Amino acid sequence: MKHLTLTASALALCASGAMAQELNIYNWGNYTNPDLITKFEEETGIKVTITDYDSNDTALAKVKAGGHGFDIVVPSHSYIPIWIGEGLLLETRPDEMENFSNVADEWVDVSWDPGRHYTVPWQWGTTGVVVNTKYYDGDINTSSIFLDPPEELVGKINVVPEMGDVMTLAILYHGGEPCTGDKDVLRKVRDTLVDAKEKWLGMDYGNLEKFAKEDLWAGVNWNGSTFRMRLQNENIAYGYPKEGFVLWMDSVAVLADAQNVDEAKAFQNFVMDPENAALISEFARYANGINGSEPFMPADMKTAPEIVIPDELKAAGHFTETCAPEVQELYTRSWTDLQK
Amino acid sequence: MADTHAYRSGELEQEAELADTRQRWLLSLPAVVIIMLFAAGPLLVMVVYSFLTPGDFGNVKWEFSLDGWKNTLVQRDIFDDTLMWADAHLSIFWRSFSLSVITTVLTLIFGLPTAWFIATQPPGRREIWLFLVTVPFWSNLLVRTIAIQELIRNEGVINLVLLKIGIITEPIQMMFTDFAIAFGMTYVYLPLMVLPIYAAIEKLDFRLVEAAHDLYASRMAAFWQVILPLIKPGIIAGSILVFIPSLGAYVTPRVLGGGKNLMFGNLIELQFGAGRNWPLGAALSLMLMAAVMVALIYYVRVTSREKADG
Amino acid sequence: MVEATTTQVEQSAAKPRPKRGPKGYSLRTLPGFTFVALFTMIVLYAPISILVIFSFNEGDSLAIWEGFSLQWYAKAAANEQVQEAAIRSLYLAFIASTIGTIAATMAALATTRTRRFTGKTMIYALINQPLMVPEIVTAVALLIVFAAIKVATGHNSMIYLIVAHTAFCIPFAYLPIRARLETMDNSLETAARDLYASAWQTFRMVTLPNMWPGIIAGMMLSFVISLDTVVITEFVKSAGQDTLPTYMLGQLRRVVTPEVNAISTVILFSGAILVALFFRLTQRKG
Repeated sequence: MKHLTLTASALALCASGAMAQELNIYNWGNYTNPDLITKFEEETGIKVTITDYDSNDTALAKVKAGGHGFDIVVPSHSYIPIWIGEGLLLETRPDEMENFSNVADEWVDVSWDPGRHYTVPWQWGTTGVVVNTKYYDGDINTSSIFLDPPEELVGKINVVPEMGDVMTLAILYHGGEPCTGDKDVLRKVRDTLVDAKEKWLGMDYGNLEKFAKEDLWAGVNWNGSTFRMRLQNENIAYGYPKEGFVLWMDSVAVLADAQNVDEAKAFQNFVMDPENAALISEFARYANGINGSEPFMPADMKTAPEIVIPDELKAAGHFTETCAPEVQELYTRSWTDLQK
Repeated sequence: MADTHAYRSGELEQEAELADTRQRWLLSLPAVVIIMLFAAGPLLVMVVYSFLTPGDFGNVKWEFSLDGWKNTLVQRDIFDDTLMWADAHLSIFWRSFSLSVITTVLTLIFGLPTAWFIATQPPGRREIWLFLVTVPFWSNLLVRTIAIQELIRNEGVINLVLLKIGIITEPIQMMFTDFAIAFGMTYVYLPLMVLPIYAAIEKLDFRLVEAAHDLYASRMAAFWQVILPLIKPGIIAGSILVFIPSLGAYVTPRVLGGGKNLMFGNLIELQFGAGRNWPLGAALSLMLMAAVMVALIYYVRVTSREKADG
Repeated sequence: MVEATTTQVEQSAAKPRPKRGPKGYSLRTLPGFTFVALFTMIVLYAPISILVIFSFNEGDSLAIWEGFSLQWYAKAAANEQVQEAAIRSLYLAFIASTIGTIAATMAALATTRTRRFTGKTMIYALINQPLMVPEIVTAVALLIVFAAIKVATGHNSMIYLIVAHTAFCIPFAYLPIRARLETMDNSLETAARDLYASAWQTFRMVTLPNMWPGIIAGMMLSFVISLDTVVITEFVKSAGQDTLPTYMLGQLRRVVTPEVNAISTVILFSGAILVALFFRLTQRKG
């Protein structure tokens, strides 16, 4: 039995031992550039921990329950009104911080945080369609790629199981507004999705290999992820559906029950610096919302079609919103019906 | 005099039995306490939640409601408000149930010989083989599943090899099929079947097998009539360990099968996520738990009676 | 049951080597079993080999081979976050499986090979309960309970993860141990007691050595289960407590690079070495 008593202390790795200055960041997985953190730690002497989450709902549930120990969280735009409404965020007034002047004008007065009293832009992107142009050479800037697929692509389509994004794309396709409760529109949406599903191959994440290796030829995807796919397979192209595509933005917020408020504010300010914003973008390959970061961005991102929205399609971008509970229920039921 | 004697020894027996029961309870205490505090106990929270109303943005509102339970079986049609059976829930459950049955059978087919092979190795080599079976599972589930993709995709290893040898001329479509799901699930749940069966076989008294042979039983007859009954506890334990947890599985089916259809595990997860209906999620999982619990208890009762009789 | 003459049984028991049956084959092999077993082992290791191979990939795909490179190992060596997560996972798995196996062993002893006693079925059902609900449900329930405790006490260490994993591991250790016990009859123990051995001595020198393969099986199983438990960990963890599976979960929606292959390979090999050492040490037990 003595063999079982391997010195546990040799393996022990405690998270205890409070250092002078700490910061606990709660962010999406694989979304924070380690170089950014190293730079922050060197400049400020604050020790940083990063903990991951993979969905807005998980993050919300965990923080709401309490006792989490986080200081910073990076929610998506459509959830921020919920966070603010439930009193979970600290009003840190980033608009009064030193680096605030760097924030691009279009991202200052956003509907989910007017005037930026709570949050600071982290990254933003779009959700659209991805197509392997080797197998289809028609117009890719349309949601009919997955809602009414062309012959050539049938049976090779994947749709990421993001209920919010997919429902919004389908609603916009039928001329509705995001978060509409209009039952006629929703009926059409559900029927279109159910019919289209027959022509899809899958509804999954993590498709980089599948697209790169051409198991899949088209689908719904985020722009940054498509960018990475293109780097591995040059036939892959990103389309901005002209009927309406989804815009999203993740922003940095400080939690109301944060233990390290000053350090958190320092981080918010740090992130608004153009050089640092470029570091953020370089890692996950999405655009940031800070002016003056272009010189520091990697060359391939400056002109990438996934990052730079063509002017004529800009107006088709819609931010998804926080839907009212009754509407959300309608969407969930349709989504379940779709996948039953 | 004889009467009092019998009476007293009956009493002594009773006392001994009580002392024995108490001792057994004490032995079970650590496991029971740990699970009560950190697994079953917290589930009471779920029981309470199943009777509340969904919060606007997740979580719950402290208002009593039976909707959570009602909606597991009966729902209003989204568009015309008619009451109807929640057939989505039922078909999704049936899908998970069938997959669990198939997975259990497959892991048995491949796991039993594997366990047998390992247990019949000379001691010393035995443990090495056993541990060789579990080492692949030290890697992460996701990484393993992606690696499985690499095996079975159209340009994957299996197809490449078969094409090269010339057995086939076109790649066989394995990804996104039911075969892929079955393969992946069997792969993932294999050690849960192998290890308990191994534990049972290892103790097998081969003299009984030899005795059977001495009486001219063939190897397979000896297997069915002598060996199998002896290692049954291992097979049962393995089946429980595969069947029950696989009812809630959804990552592997999604990655390998495409994910176009929800498994029961996703359905529940959806309620705690974007679906924002915690009471429904709680009710669905409690129903699952109750069903499994009843089946398990029934099974235990039946086998106890068997033992008592046989 | 099959009856046998005593002399034949004695004769076979005396021989140390596997006996040849009347038809001249080894009794320990069954037709087709060895083939299926070896086939299964090969298939088991095929994806693992691919995993290990791609950890040396020059490119950053898990599917497109671009040449040999150690870059992912270098990246992993430099990536503190993933290293800490990996070590944390191993530490957690070790503790949870050890405590869980001990508790499961005691419970198995109490509930197996025995007459029906008050509460026996209830204990059995309770011990297997963690298997019966999808992880998300246990996870959310634990989140709520632990969060309340964390808020009340301000205590945020690994203990919550440890107890959550231990509870989850118990049924996975219990069932193999119980299976083992059910194949052991009481005769040896009764013989020991007849020879005036105390209960503890009987346990230590008769029951335990006989149970040992079951305990090992149970512990290995609960170890790998804990290593892969992602949903419960996701909800119970506090700041700075990511484990390898939760780290990877976060990667799923972004991109998975061969870095995780490198980490997994390192874990696989360290595990191999650790357990090999362990078995070398326990060889004396035979």
